[in-house]
Amino acid sequence: MAGYAHPEVLVDTAWVADHLHDPKVRLVESNEDILLYDQGHIPGAVKIDWVADLNDPVVRDYLDRARFEQLMIARGISNDTTVVFYGDKHNWWATYALWVFKLFGHADARIMNGGRAKWIAEGRQLTREVPTYSPGVYHAPERDDTTIRAFRDQVLVHIRQPGTALVDVRSPQEYSGERTHMPEYPQEGTLRGGHIPTAVSIPWASAVHDDSTFKSADELRALYAGKNVTPDKDVISYCRIGERSSHTWFVLSYLLGYPKVRNYDGSWTEWGNGVGLPIEK
Amino acid sequence: MSEIPASLPPHLHAIVAEFQAADRSEKLELLLEYADRLPPLPDWLRDNRADMEQVHECMTPVRAAAEVHGGRMVFHIDVAEESPTVRGYAALLREGLDGATPEAVLAIPGDFFYAMGLQQVLSPQRLNGISYLLAYLKRLATRALAHRGA
Repeated sequence: MAGYAHPEVLVDTAWVADHLHDPKVRLVESNEDILLYDQGHIPGAVKIDWVADLNDPVVRDYLDRARFEQLMIARGISNDTTVVFYGDKHNWWATYALWVFKLFGHADARIMNGGRAKWIAEGRQLTREVPTYSPGVYHAPERDDTTIRAFRDQVLVHIRQPGTALVDVRSPQEYSGERTHMPEYPQEGTLRGGHIPTAVSIPWASAVHDDSTFKSADELRALYAGKNVTPDKDVISYCRIGERSSHTWFVLSYLLGYPKVRNYDGSWTEWGNGVGLPIEK
Repeated sequence: MSEIPASLPPHLHAIVAEFQAADRSEKLELLLEYADRLPPLPDWLRDNRADMEQVHECMTPVRAAAEVHGGRMVFHIDVAEESPTVRGYAALLREGLDGATPEAVLAIPGDFFYAMGLQQVLSPQRLNGISYLLAYLKRLATRALAHRGA
C-alpha cells in the first residue's frame, strides 16, 4: 500500500483476520445483493444495506442525522470506533457506505482491500451467525452536503468553469450514449443516453486489479492524470446513482490525496432525465 | 397487496401465497431458504454449461435450460453463488413451474410476483431479476411448443 496519500484507510484481509475480536473495530459488510450477508459473512461483521439503511424512504436523499445516529447505536458503533467496510463487486457498495459515513464526519472509516471476493479466495471463514453488540454511543453532526457531495445546479456551474474536471465513471457504452445501463444490467428508465458535457470517461473498475485490490499509486496517478484529472482541479465524479462514482471518489480522495473531490449522487438518473440540462454524446 | 393471479400453476400459486403471508423480514428469510435449495445442475448440463444459454438481461451470470417429459416442463437454472437474491428467484420459479405445461408457463402474468409483496423489501432494481428470469423461461416454453408442433 506504499505510495498512497492516506494508506491508513486501507487494511488487508490479514489485518481483518487479526482484529476479528477487537472491540474498537467494527466490520461492516455492504453489498449489491441484499441477501449476500445473510448467506455468509466475515465473523463479527454487521450488515448495512444501501437501500434499507442509508437511503431516506421518502425523499430521494440519504438518512438524516437522527436516523444515522440510530443506525450507529443499533450496530454497536461509537464515534471512536474504527469502521472497516467491505463488500461484493470490488468494494463498490463498501465505498458508497463509507462515503455516506463521511457525510456525517465519522472519523475512522477504512476499506478492506480486495473486499469479499479476496477474503473468500483466500479460503477464510464465513459465518451465518449474526452478532449482537451492546449499543454504541453516538453523536453525529448534521449531514455535511457541502464538502464531498455535489448537486445538479452545482454541476451545471462546474461544467462552465475553468480549473475543473468531471469524471464519468460508467461503462464506455453508457458514456457514448449507446445504452443507458451497464452491460448485462437492466435498463432503468433514463430518457436520454450520453454524458454530461465536458466529462471524461474513466470507468470506475479501472482502479482495481482482477482480485479486487486497488492498483498502485503510480498506476492510479497515470490513469487519472492521463485524462487531465489532476490534483490541482476541482473534481466531481458521477455515474448512474452515485454508487460507482463513490468508488472513484474514494480512490481520488484517499489513495491519491486530491484535495477537492465531490460525488454527484444525482448522477445520470437525474441529469439524463432533467428538464433543461444539456448532454453530449 | 395485489391478488394472486388465478392462472398460476398450483405449485407457484402456493409459493406466492407463502410469501404473501410472510412479514417483511420473513420474506427475506424465505427467499434465502429458496436460494439455499437451488439444486446444482444435473451432470449432463454441468459438463456442458457453455451449451446453456445465458439470460443476458440478468445482472448476474444466469444460465437456464429446459427439458420436456410427457408434455411437462422441468427447468434447470444455474446462478452464481454470490447472487443469492437471483438464486432465490431461480429456485422458486424452478419449484413453482416444475411439471407445468408450456402453455401454463406462458400464461403466467409477467407481474405475478407483486402478489408476493417483495417490493416491500426489495428496490425496483433488485426486483428486475425475477421478471427477466420469467421472460427467459417463457422463451424456453415457446421453444418447447414449437418443437412439439414440428
